Amino acid sequence: MSFFEQPQRILLPVRLAYMAFTLVLALLFNLLPWRDVIGLPDMVALVLTFWCVHQPRKMGIGIAWFVGLVMDAGNGALLGQHAFAYAFLAFAAISLHRRILWFSLWRQAAHVLVLLLASQLLMLAVRLVAGGAFPGLTYFVGSFIAAALWPSATFLLLLPQRRPGSVDENRPI
Amino acid sequence: MSYQPPPFFIRGPALLVRLGFFACLAVLLMVLDARFRYAESLRQVVALLAYPLQRVALAPVELFNASSGFFTTQVSLKQENEQLKAKQLLAANELLTNEALRAENAQLRRLLEARERLPRHSTLAEILYQGRDPFSRKVILDKGSQQGIQPGQAVIDDIGVLGQVTRVYPLLSEVTLITDKEQRTPVQVLRNGLRAVIYGGGEKGTLDLSWTASNADVMADDVLVTSGIDGTFPAGLPVAKVSRIESDAAYSFAKITCIPIAGTDQNRQVLVLSREANRPSASIETESVAGKLPKQKRARKRE
Repeated sequence: MSFFEQPQRILLPVRLAYMAFTLVLALLFNLLPWRDVIGLPDMVALVLTFWCVHQPRKMGIGIAWFVGLVMDAGNGALLGQHAFAYAFLAFAAISLHRRILWFSLWRQAAHVLVLLLASQLLMLAVRLVAGGAFPGLTYFVGSFIAAALWPSATFLLLLPQRRPGSVDENRPI
Repeated sequence: MSYQPPPFFIRGPALLVRLGFFACLAVLLMVLDARFRYAESLRQVVALLAYPLQRVALAPVELFNASSGFFTTQVSLKQENEQLKAKQLLAANELLTNEALRAENAQLRRLLEARERLPRHSTLAEILYQGRDPFSRKVILDKGSQQGIQPGQAVIDDIGVLGQVTRVYPLLSEVTLITDKEQRTPVQVLRNGLRAVIYGGGEKGTLDLSWTASNADVMADDVLVTSGIDGTFPAGLPVAKVSRIESDAAYSFAKITCIPIAGTDQNRQVLVLSREANRPSASIETESVAGKLPKQKRARKRE
């Protein structure tokens, strides 16, 4: 059953501050000192893709580019490497946002997997041209894990938009 | 007058145009950063933005380090103490002979009118974490420019050369390990003094002794030490051990693989060595080409 065939509740408009907060949280996750963890999901890429798919008018290529720049400076990577990949990721996600939302959550995750892998491939190509070492195929495991997190990310990131519009004092929940 | 859509339909430039603009900007930045190193000031500004996030992200690690130090068992402390005592006894013996050798060496150098090598100033630092960039092998130290760390300084641990400081932030610094693909270290075979340059092997954590002739006198288990001709690393520090030699008649160079001696993956405490102060600056040589050569030579002799 597709996403739109299910009974859907009408979501409240998203708050810009909440979008910024989730992005900062994802940045914080990515900047944690992970020591050689194999298959670490790129949370920033996942959150960027999510907002590009769900709020394409509020999230854009420019923001993705800038967030990528912060990732580069924080990681000590080649300046512009993440910016380049995230700009492409945002472009692909915004172009596909009408298509992606027609599918069920796991099929959406399959779309997201392709987007994340493509952005990782771009980053790999850029670094290999710039003279980096090939990090091995385990480098791509992170994208699979991030795509597997898509349904739970969708649930969590849409929670504030599902809150009741008017609070009833007498209702227990 | 041209047709204008009503304002609520305006969505800015087309998506593809925006992608093109930002992709070009990113490529420009990458070229500036990789080829010309012009983007360092921009990196410092953006790193300043990321700095509070980094501090917050580091807090759990620091907490873990502090608490694990607190909960160290007495048995392990006792064992470590005994080990250190035994080590110190060994070292004391070597230190005594070292004093005599150093005095003798100084006298010989004076006899040869060689420049005296001053003992270098060194800073103790701790490895905070490994760099997150999967394409390079770097570690982050807890000392930065405020503690006097400068780019280009050599970093060693208690058994050998670890790498070189490549980027300095106010409170952190980034060390490129000798096993990074872009890192070169001038070395010498300890057994016969053969000079060569060692290249990092990238992800494998090994090193390659490149451009060494196939008939060169290098054997398995040879120890390679720094030659000191780069002026960055003091001479004689152990760098790597030769593990495998493949010589192919089709090539004039042998493929020599080495493993690093220093614990590039396990140690926490490291020493950052300051640069040698009494090296002649390169500008003297370039200036002296235009006929000033005799005068400067005399001036140097008078010193």
